[in-house]
Amino acid sequence: MTALHDAFRRADAEGRAALIGYLPAGFPTRDDSVRLIEAMVDEGVDIVEVGLPYSDPLMDGPVIQEAADTALQAGMTPAGVLDVVGRVASTGAATLVMSYWNPVERYGVDAFAEGLAKSGGCGVITPDLTPEEAGEWTRATDAHDIDRIFLVAPSSTDARLRTVASACTGFVYAASTMGVTGARASVSGAAESLVSRVRSVTDLPVAVGLGVSTGDQAAEIAEYADGVIVGSAFIRQVLDAASPAEAEERVRRLAAELAAGVRRRRK
Amino acid sequence: MGSESDAGHFGPYGGRFVPEALTAALDELDEGFRSALADPAFLAELHRLERDYTGRPSPLTEAVRFGQEHCAGARVYLKREDLNHTGSHKINNVLGQALLTVRMGKKRVIAETGAGQHGVATATAAALLGLECVVYMGEEDTRRQALNVVRMRLLGATVVPVTAGSRTLKDAINEAMRDWVTSVDDTHYILGTVTGPSPFPDMVRTFQSVIGREAREQMLTTTGRLPDAVAACVGGGSNAMGIFTAFLDDADVQLWGFEAGGAGVSTGRHAARFAGGSPGVLHGARTYVMQDEWGQTVPSHSISAGLDYPGVGPQHAWLHDSGRAHYAAVDDDEAMRAFEALCRTEGIIPAIESAHALAGVMRLGRELGPDAAILVNLSGRGDKDVATAARWFGIAEAPDEAAEGR
Repeated sequence: MTALHDAFRRADAEGRAALIGYLPAGFPTRDDSVRLIEAMVDEGVDIVEVGLPYSDPLMDGPVIQEAADTALQAGMTPAGVLDVVGRVASTGAATLVMSYWNPVERYGVDAFAEGLAKSGGCGVITPDLTPEEAGEWTRATDAHDIDRIFLVAPSSTDARLRTVASACTGFVYAASTMGVTGARASVSGAAESLVSRVRSVTDLPVAVGLGVSTGDQAAEIAEYADGVIVGSAFIRQVLDAASPAEAEERVRRLAAELAAGVRRRRK
Repeated sequence: MGSESDAGHFGPYGGRFVPEALTAALDELDEGFRSALADPAFLAELHRLERDYTGRPSPLTEAVRFGQEHCAGARVYLKREDLNHTGSHKINNVLGQALLTVRMGKKRVIAETGAGQHGVATATAAALLGLECVVYMGEEDTRRQALNVVRMRLLGATVVPVTAGSRTLKDAINEAMRDWVTSVDDTHYILGTVTGPSPFPDMVRTFQSVIGREAREQMLTTTGRLPDAVAACVGGGSNAMGIFTAFLDDADVQLWGFEAGGAGVSTGRHAARFAGGSPGVLHGARTYVMQDEWGQTVPSHSISAGLDYPGVGPQHAWLHDSGRAHYAAVDDDEAMRAFEALCRTEGIIPAIESAHALAGVMRLGRELGPDAAILVNLSGRGDKDVATAARWFGIAEAPDEAAEGR
């Protein structure tokens, strides 16, 4: 039982969805990223995704690409990511890493799972790893009690949903739409039917990501999903801020709005 | 021997490392590809286009003076992919995939391009078959290869300059993948080389393997024997797999791939994945990748835009590790000496990509001696490289870069 399971259970006991917030480690600096994530948690984010910046993020839109470039230029490394995870996890928030596969493989698959466990992290989201290629990852994460989170998409067949969901521990990440990360005016209707299809094949919590940026969208998704994932919208707050203090203020405001969203009474 | 792939793998290489959203499309593509290969009508149409549109079979030309003067007297045979419509081997793969697009009922194609040769070939096939076409090209490359940008636009394609990352081929592939995740319902991604997620490496190799089938037959007819060595340049590696495949089971035929050594492998400014890279995952496949100690992709460098790519097709990775094929780096300087040699001895201006293979043939000739027969894939013609070559050799009347597109 990891901190991740506890976070979903706690939210469920309160009759609401969990709020999951993403920021890349090292954006805009290592210390700032820790401070911004702590601010998110302070305002009601239940689960933190620390992004591992990668040179070729082919599932990310321009906002996350820009943040990853900034972090890499400032010298962020996987060891730096684990340091950020350790500092964030010490706040008590369930802390995950989101990483493309090559940096994990290069670090050493078992070493990464072990290092994450030692830092206090509890799971990893792998956007470009599918269960078919995850043999070594499954052994490593089982050995170090790290949750594995794979993605499903509106295009996934029912057979694929079964395969992917049975490979996941922690929760299933449902991509709301066919596309890349980034805020959208409305979250696709495909998300709700995808969540209900996932529910028919697993008892794991299902969280929805891609395109969520407002409290209203969070409330809408919280009606049917166990978790609401927000990434690019947080980065946007930082990019639009004139100073570190303003960035923190903006991140706080958005986190509070989203936290209120997931707490609106379910119909 | 690395010719068989098990569920899209070549030994430990290949596979599918992509967002789940693409899994259904890749499965559909795999199924569509297998069923097309079993359909005589599809194959007949592909063969008709190869013959009447591309101009196949491409000739086999013995480069007599080049062999005598630059290859220690070895007999050198050029497989003339430079004479194909659009000027390179790229059209072979594009026609196959474009016909497949129509067969799958899709109306739009997208492609990545570096030097612009694959983009031009894709725009050409899209015009021929009435498909909407969008080509992603690094902003840096749109400047370096302005002539090909104009060509694509003349053919009715939309060229999108990519401003992310290093603004070159690898970023164009990222952007094409992002488009495809969003548009996969009505769009096929015509990937230009033997890398990417399964089934692309298998499929592109299959459509390119006409090169080696023809060349093996032509060698037997012309010389009564198989060559001692087969050489090709290797960027992503599609022209090399195209000519290697027919010879994989001929154990006595050496297979040689020549990658771009850029300013020299020791300088770090190169595109030599085997000499200077290591196994990793890039653009959907496990293969050799130029990467730093943390798994971040390192930018590649080469005088040849078509070889300027930090990854390589996964089957090459397996042929390398298994020892069936050999790989060596040729730097800019050596490639340009071979470029000049072919121009002056044979009256053929090669693409700078292909000049890397020619430089390799010069080495092989010295090693194997005058009794050797060496087959080399002349994968493209050098019209697109005239301005680069003029600058390299200090020819005074260098054409204007924007007009000639370098």
